[in-house]
Amino acid sequence: MNKKLKKKGYHILIASLLFASAFIFSTWKEIQLILFLTAYLAVGTEILKKAFQGIRNGRIFDENFLMMIATFGAFALHEYPEAVAVMLFFQIGEFFQGYAVNRSRKSIAALMDIRPEYARIKQGTEWQEISPEEVKPGEIILIRPGEKVPLDAQVILGESSVNTVALTGESLPRDIAPGDQILSGSINISGLIEARVLSSFKESTVAKILDLVENATHKKAPIEHFITKFAHYYTPAVVMIAFFLAIFPPFLIAGQTFSEWGYRAITFLVISCPCALVISIPLSFFGGLGAASKCGILIKGGNYLEALSHVKCVVFDKTGTLTQGSFAVRKINAIDISEEELLRLAAHAEYYSTHPIAQSIKMAYGKKINKKGITAVTEIPGRGLKMQFEGKEIAVGNIQLMKEMNISVPLFDEPGTPLFMAINNRYEGCIIIDDFLKEESVGVIKKLKKEGVKKTVILSGDCEKAVQYIANLAGIDEACGALLPADKIAWVESLQKTLKKGEKLLFVGDGINDAPVLARADIGVAMGGVGSDAAIEAADVVIMNDSLSKLLTAMSLSRATVLIAQENIVIALGIKFIVLGLGAMGFVSIWAAVFADVGVTLIAVLNAMRILGFYKKCL
Amino acid sequence: MKKVYYIENLDCAHCAAQIEAAVKTLPGVLAASVSFMTQKLIITAQGDMSKIEKDIQKIVHKIEPDCQLLKEE
Repeated sequence: MNKKLKKKGYHILIASLLFASAFIFSTWKEIQLILFLTAYLAVGTEILKKAFQGIRNGRIFDENFLMMIATFGAFALHEYPEAVAVMLFFQIGEFFQGYAVNRSRKSIAALMDIRPEYARIKQGTEWQEISPEEVKPGEIILIRPGEKVPLDAQVILGESSVNTVALTGESLPRDIAPGDQILSGSINISGLIEARVLSSFKESTVAKILDLVENATHKKAPIEHFITKFAHYYTPAVVMIAFFLAIFPPFLIAGQTFSEWGYRAITFLVISCPCALVISIPLSFFGGLGAASKCGILIKGGNYLEALSHVKCVVFDKTGTLTQGSFAVRKINAIDISEEELLRLAAHAEYYSTHPIAQSIKMAYGKKINKKGITAVTEIPGRGLKMQFEGKEIAVGNIQLMKEMNISVPLFDEPGTPLFMAINNRYEGCIIIDDFLKEESVGVIKKLKKEGVKKTVILSGDCEKAVQYIANLAGIDEACGALLPADKIAWVESLQKTLKKGEKLLFVGDGINDAPVLARADIGVAMGGVGSDAAIEAADVVIMNDSLSKLLTAMSLSRATVLIAQENIVIALGIKFIVLGLGAMGFVSIWAAVFADVGVTLIAVLNAMRILGFYKKCL
Repeated sequence: MKKVYYIENLDCAHCAAQIEAAVKTLPGVLAASVSFMTQKLIITAQGDMSKIEKDIQKIVHKIEPDCQLLKEE
């Protein structure tokens, strides 16, 4: 609790005691009045001061002013207990509201806090704990098991495993050894490690993420703007109505008194404060953003969080988004020799090549390579390579290589990239390399459709055939391949035209060569953001690991947030309008009005905090 | 130039919106946004920064007398 709240608490306590003791002197009117007045001043001075300051600064219609007229009115009508009670309960309400908002602020901030507290650096022979901000690149830090990695660094001593759960929202330990890079914000699990710092704290992964999350609340959702505008008109309108209520009925209707309608007008003023609305909506969105970051999804603004609930068209990049993004051997077609032998020869032939396809073949072979046997390797750029091995002349490469060597090969109509092999100028078979669909892709696409996405599309730079193949496997409606980045933008724009107003198009890619499309789409989502500055920079939403299902998490989190915000609008306005109506008809006392006002705010704040429970679902 | 300020004791959401609106109208301020939740004010401005800062201070004080404008380290 901060100082300001504590002070308010004392004032409330003193005023309550004075207020209660006033009732003891119910027969001694003068003493009672004095007690009521001191109680009123004890709790209300702050409000009166603010109200006068408001008037002086030309801002009349704020809540302080409303409370001032309401209580002055009650005094004028000789309703002393009511006057004190209005002020007292208003302040109690403010107190609880301040407390609740502070608590929520703190718990959401704690949710997002991945800030490391200290770094341990070498000072001579000693290790010393200092603030991560003070560490310079190149310094050596020591990280003990269980500690947070304070800065992006490269391991120089020790072996351990680190968990990036705080960054990605996914608990997945990764083994590290000297030479490996570790990201700030991850947790060292098992061993003692020494590492050389790669960048200053300001440039570190953790600082970038924190900055992004904290600034997200500055991009407000349309619903937040609506509430601000609404409050702008609402309060003056209520004051006007209260004024007419106090003046006209006693004049126009025979037998009606000023005191009766004055009382009703005051009730009206008490209930008119729009606090519940104005506080609970940003709170809901702040909570939503916090819960998302805990799930490993960074959303760059309340506006994107809201837009995620209106996604009707999802456009995917192929490689690395729907597929694993790494090549693997899909199939081996051997003619005369065994498949194993074909793979063995291919692995030896490709041994010195660094091409991704060569890597995948070596990985598929996975056994020891007889390096000495490899001789006379000649690489033919854009074709493949030739070499001598165990007395055989081996050629490995694409169809062009085979054509140039006058070797006839059978026709292929399979997805993937075939790697042809010839031994002693004779075709011996081929190995088909492909990028596999992620296991989760099919399920995610199905669920997206279930959740109301009308159209799914793949736009890829890869060849048409490969793109169509993946689209069929994943159950995606449309696919278009062989696109340049500029073509992708044109496609996204034409897809946007097919959407109705308020419906959103989401593009999801790896964020590296998709920056223009990410920016053009209504919501640009980059996957695998952890450690990739380009992705964090370009996208509106960053999924920290490369799990496509986080897209579903983000969308349902968005729906939950928007629902809570809508609930709060309905609850707050609903109760207020009912009480306003009843108040105008004279069915509600000032007491009930105060309770309604305070109660609604508390309900709205508590309701908004429900969103924090959401992140538990994604752990 | 982009600057970040911290508004201490900002505990009225409506005031946050009012501060934002008022700061936006200051000469030299290109963009401004107040986040009630993080109690932060971010502005993009050009020209005499110390004057702009003073003006912002005035606005904050006018709208919420309890609030203090602090510069972020």
